[in-house]
Amino acid sequence: MTVPMLEAHAVSVAYGKVEAVRGVSLSVAPGRLVTVLGANGAGKTTLLNALMGVLPAKGTLRFEGRDLTRLPVEARVALGLSLIPERRELFSTMTVEDNLKLGAFRFRTTGGGGDLGEIYRLFPRLAERRRQQAGTLSGGERQMLAMARALMGRPRLLMLDEPSLGLAPLIVAEVMRTVARLRDEGVAILLVEQNARAALRIADHGYVLDGGRVVLEGDSRTLQADARVAETYLGSLGAETPDRAAATG
Amino acid sequence: MPTRLAPTPLLTGLFALLVVALPFLPGVPPFWLTLMTYAGLSAIVVTGLVVLTGVAGITSFGQAMFVGISAYATALLTTQGGLSPWLSLPVALLLSAVAAWVIGAITLRLSGHYLPLGTIAWNISFFYVLGNTDVLGRYDGLTGLPPISLLGHPVLGGGEAMLLTWGFLALSLWLTHRLLRSRTGRAIRALKGGVVAAESFGVDTARVKIVAFVYAAMLAALSGWLYAHIQRAINPTPFGINAGIEYLLMAVIGGAGSIGGGVFGAVLVTVLKDQLQNVLPLVFGAQGNFEAIVFGVLLVVMLQRAPDGLWPLIVRRSVAAPPDRGPAREPLAPRPAAAPGTALLEAANLRKTFGGLVAVNDIGFAVRAGEVVALIGPNGAGKSTTFNLVTGVARLTAGAVRLRGTDVTGLPARRIARLGCARTFQHVKLVAGMSVIENVALGAHLRGGAGPVRGALGLDAAEEAALFAEADRQVARVGLTACRDLPAGSLALGQQRIVEIARALCLGPQLLLLDEPAAGLRHQEKQALGDLLRRLRQEGLGILLVEHDMDFVMGLADRLVVMNFGAKLCEGAPAAVRRDPAVVEAYLGSPA
Amino acid sequence: MDATILLLLLQDGVVNGAIYALIALSLVLVFTVTRVILIPQGEFVAYGALTLASLEAGTLPGTVPLLLGLGGLAFLADCAEGRHTLDGRGLLRLALRDLALPALVAAAAWILAPTKPGLAVEILLTLAIVTPMGGFLHAVAFRPLAHASVLVLLIASVGVHLALTGLGLVFFGAEGSRTPPLSEASFPAGPLLVSGQSLWMIGLTLAIIVALWLFFSRTLLGKALIATAVNRLGARLMGIAPSLAGRLSFSVAAFIGALSGVLIAPLTTVYYDTGFLIGLKGFVAAIIGGLASYPAAAAAAILVGIIESVASFEASAFKEVIVFMAIIPVLLWRSLRSAPVEDEE
Repeated sequence: MTVPMLEAHAVSVAYGKVEAVRGVSLSVAPGRLVTVLGANGAGKTTLLNALMGVLPAKGTLRFEGRDLTRLPVEARVALGLSLIPERRELFSTMTVEDNLKLGAFRFRTTGGGGDLGEIYRLFPRLAERRRQQAGTLSGGERQMLAMARALMGRPRLLMLDEPSLGLAPLIVAEVMRTVARLRDEGVAILLVEQNARAALRIADHGYVLDGGRVVLEGDSRTLQADARVAETYLGSLGAETPDRAAATG
Repeated sequence: MPTRLAPTPLLTGLFALLVVALPFLPGVPPFWLTLMTYAGLSAIVVTGLVVLTGVAGITSFGQAMFVGISAYATALLTTQGGLSPWLSLPVALLLSAVAAWVIGAITLRLSGHYLPLGTIAWNISFFYVLGNTDVLGRYDGLTGLPPISLLGHPVLGGGEAMLLTWGFLALSLWLTHRLLRSRTGRAIRALKGGVVAAESFGVDTARVKIVAFVYAAMLAALSGWLYAHIQRAINPTPFGINAGIEYLLMAVIGGAGSIGGGVFGAVLVTVLKDQLQNVLPLVFGAQGNFEAIVFGVLLVVMLQRAPDGLWPLIVRRSVAAPPDRGPAREPLAPRPAAAPGTALLEAANLRKTFGGLVAVNDIGFAVRAGEVVALIGPNGAGKSTTFNLVTGVARLTAGAVRLRGTDVTGLPARRIARLGCARTFQHVKLVAGMSVIENVALGAHLRGGAGPVRGALGLDAAEEAALFAEADRQVARVGLTACRDLPAGSLALGQQRIVEIARALCLGPQLLLLDEPAAGLRHQEKQALGDLLRRLRQEGLGILLVEHDMDFVMGLADRLVVMNFGAKLCEGAPAAVRRDPAVVEAYLGSPA
Repeated sequence: MDATILLLLLQDGVVNGAIYALIALSLVLVFTVTRVILIPQGEFVAYGALTLASLEAGTLPGTVPLLLGLGGLAFLADCAEGRHTLDGRGLLRLALRDLALPALVAAAAWILAPTKPGLAVEILLTLAIVTPMGGFLHAVAFRPLAHASVLVLLIASVGVHLALTGLGLVFFGAEGSRTPPLSEASFPAGPLLVSGQSLWMIGLTLAIIVALWLFFSRTLLGKALIATAVNRLGARLMGIAPSLAGRLSFSVAAFIGALSGVLIAPLTTVYYDTGFLIGLKGFVAAIIGGLASYPAAAAAAILVGIIESVASFEASAFKEVIVFMAIIPVLLWRSLRSAPVEDEE
């Protein structure tokens, strides 16, 4: 494996007395797509927020060799990290185009942000809706806009929190194709997903979180075949794991 | 963060002794006594602010207005009406209370910053009204007020006025202390745990806020009455907005979270102001109220560096032991459980849309007495929204909710609580600084009836004993007796969730609604929780829970209702649901 | 009251209302971006008027040392804030912004003030002295409280107001000042005589509104401010630092405040504490607009101006009372249609 781009060691996050993430270590190599799986409440979102600096965390975080620990969110954005959060956090009363332009804010003085034309070629739906307010978009379009906005900032590492959340299966497939294409273009990706099958299909490597800890780790083929992945979602209950969950490949 | 509402008896006693002795000590300059009189007058107002700002979380910059209403009322009544000050006192108190009630009714339902902004505007208006009304003596004010006479002896300044003021302060502190421990006081303190939580066990939060506001106004009025008859002449200046800001400054500097902090802040600021008025003109080489600069900077620095005030830095924090009420003579009558199988909750065609988005799409289910029903589904499926619809937190777009046959569609949460439906929260909503037993007693709010007056005067002892006996019973029922007197915030999350369940049980419910009770719990805590819920089911309660933890749900629930994309995917026994391909797909995604 | 007097009062009301509108707009801007209810906005108005009056008199205004002092404090606060990210270039940038810029303005004021360089230069100098104070105040007083509740921010805001008013008394004394009008001309319009001063006031207000509109709709920085107001986390994830947005909105507020002061100084005698009442009237307008809507706040401001001018004719002693009481029906109306229960996070 190449030198990791993002390296997290023993990251813990606590809300008051509750530890939502407990000593998680993970790494993402340049140009790789790594996924973090786990049931609701396993600590996935908390972990991403800690990596981005939205939440304070214990442990060490390095990005391309640089210590991130004390950097605020904006400084991490300036280094090329980008997070598409679970709630998308669009500027709902602003137009689609303004949302996109603000995506390139970090290049405000230097230039070099994403190209609007290129983005519109990638997401034709957004070109149609460029004058529309972001708050009026459908769920799938909002996810597209969130991704497009993040791409305008030319991230070196893109973190996505449940991009499939609340989307119909067809759109989930489209979102996953887009994510895979980004990886092929050289962007390192950290994908948090509840939709384990969809995520493992495109990922290179995966971690499974349960109760705030990493309980499983491996390349995505191995994980796809591991019955314990399904168990973290559906519980054990003595019944055997449904065939379909184990036999995907 | 535990806060104690009153300092230790030893400290209180020593301080009281010092205050009482001060006028009799030889060589004490008379000016000190005057200064302490002013400090005491301010402390009475600030004590009201402690209840209002520190406990209820509402802020007023306009307390000086209530001081002024009372001072002018008593001035008119005694000089022109010839009344004795003792007879004008109730009128002055009543007038301020009515003014506060009206202002509170207009602004307290709005979000937090409208009241403080409104109080600024009103206090300034009040000042101009005073200064421009002939009968109030315009800017010259009123003079010739009679002194307060105590057993036929007129109180005329100096040590006597100081003792009288501090006597009234002691009375105010005692009343406030009692009020905060009473049923109404617990409801005021519950505002810190969130309005939604308080409403869920039946507290009318809008009314409770008004009670706190009126109480603070009445303490201000008491101070105004004293001031008027000690000073024996009044003009608009001490009732302007700057005085109102100064009262708040005292509360913030001392520490609005505790009664001791309020008194400390009042004394400190009064003394500091006097010293600054001597020193600052020398620094700036001119006359003027330059202490405002220091106070302004101090206020900002305090908020940045010590937002809880100085008092907690001086007195080590601990929770006041909850009152020992003795055994209850008449404990609360236990509420009968519904017959097993009785339909407790019936939700039919629940629908919720946000703009064009359908969050909940024609969901229907029922919960009967003696069964556990779990609402499950992947993230974003609409479970929490459904839960909020049932509990009256969110409004239905269409559909109906019936509780034991009564239609509760569109009723607020506190009305639903009256029908024997209790709930817990996904993010624990306890009052962290309050003891476990008091938190649990909050759940019995609807089973008591004592109001603020009975509470402050201590006439609620029998009822309080019964409520606490009930709370003790529920704490024992969930197995937390050992933690009874600890601050709720000091418990582990698992225990806090159990405290919420005990609080819910205190309502005497037939139906229990639990929002993600197992989230964030350790393995053993989950087992304990599961055991408790099984026991409650056995006792005939109906339980509805929203839960993510499948292991937990599978082993506990009698029936599962699975949601996806806002709609019901399927319903049935755990084993059957788990094998349903549609459910597997909803959770894991579609196979290849 | 006959029609001519009514027209006269309306004209007065619109002119005063224009100032309240400017203040209301900046209050809405600051509140939506930073959640701070900017009580000291009135002090910027007073500082603007009194600084101009002092320059007019050929003396160095007391706001100049204040600017230098605030700049120094802001420099310390900025260094503390950026201690983990600051490199040499960053430090230099901070020093330029917080120390060199105020020093430059101070030097210009020191050299130019005794020469009485004329109204236009004096106004520019006034704006240059007061405007940077907004950003400095944000860095010193409010940025460390960025995570506090609206209520705590409001109390801090009152603290800043107290301190600035007290300093105003130190710098300018208890006597009020008045400056000459921007224009001595007047034009007959029907029964009325429209003064050049009122035309200047209305014209400049419109110009500022247009400039603000262009700033928010045409520049990325302006859009970043709106974005912060709409979604703070979303903005941070785009690399828009809340401190940048806060500093910018405070600077805009200080600029608008100083300009308002320059505009009213010829109309009324301004004292060190006059700004508070003027600011509060802007608040009445902003509250009527729900502290969120710019057009509603601006329209309400004109209404406040008219109410005030009619009230001062009918019952001059109670005009402030009448203006402030105007918010009661609005609050009542908002109260009746607000959701009964909501948790404030």
